Amino acid sequence: MSIKIAVIQFPGSNCDLDVIHVLNNVIGIEASLIWHNHFKESQFDGAIMPGGFSFGDYLRSGIIAAHSPAIDEAKVMVKDGRPIIGICNGFQILTEAQLLPGALLRNDSLKFICKWVMLRVENNNTAFTRKMKRGDVIHIPIAHGEGQYYTDRLKELEENNQIVFRYSNEKGEVTHNANPNGSLENIAGVCNLEQNCLGLMPHPERASEAILSPDRTTHGILFFESMVDFIKRRRG
Amino acid sequence: MNEKVWIVELIMENKPAARDPVGETIRKDLLSKKNFNMVTNLHSGQYLRVTINAENKDHAKLLVEKMCNHLRIFNPITQNLNIIKITQLD
Repeated sequence: MSIKIAVIQFPGSNCDLDVIHVLNNVIGIEASLIWHNHFKESQFDGAIMPGGFSFGDYLRSGIIAAHSPAIDEAKVMVKDGRPIIGICNGFQILTEAQLLPGALLRNDSLKFICKWVMLRVENNNTAFTRKMKRGDVIHIPIAHGEGQYYTDRLKELEENNQIVFRYSNEKGEVTHNANPNGSLENIAGVCNLEQNCLGLMPHPERASEAILSPDRTTHGILFFESMVDFIKRRRG
Repeated sequence: MNEKVWIVELIMENKPAARDPVGETIRKDLLSKKNFNMVTNLHSGQYLRVTINAENKDHAKLLVEKMCNHLRIFNPITQNLNIIKITQLD
């Protein structure tokens, strides 16, 4: 049975087609672009909330989308154990929907930052990181104005292994200089307790083909290969 | 039921633990550089003015608080909500 992934499109999404391209043409699985009001979780094995903007990001990034019918469907999917990833604005939506802990604030520089960064893998047990190793350093781009991660439950997240990525240098050292946006403890991505829902500010879909990467790495593809592996194992 | 029209004004600002780069930048990079060193702190926030039908002032406040909490108009992880003024519209 083929794997079916939904890429949820909100008004303002602009990385949706990049994700579709990677899933359809690079990974080779069936991915469909689904308007947020039309998403039915029962038809899919997993879902991706792409980057860009949603509803103008008015009030706060992701908060209006967090009240979309798509989020009610996503909550059922997450509870059922199927994988969902939120990328950039998708991460903001999942935190505002309380599917993921914490919040994303304006970058401490107040600037929109678009550049390639390094991430250290902190948890390779999630649905999207099982093809990575703990301590791996991956190369991946960011493009955001509101990516400063904050949580008032830091200790709890550390104890539950919910911190999945930290901004680091190329040696994997988590330093102040490696932190592009002022995120608390350099946190770049977190997961839910069950580890089937992940959110991160960087864009794996932009790091999945050598032609797009300054050093020819394709670390982004590991996220999607991990998701496919997770779905296959879950089916048994 | 005799409802009246009320204007409820509210401000949402970041909690002290969550940084406020907008406020910090206005103070450090504008005020301090333009001879307003006497300003020791400045916080930015979001302002909303809600026009609402309610029986009385307390009911208007209750409805706005309920709306803000239920729909996460403010993010309780990072922000505080303060209703600063309630006035009856003539």
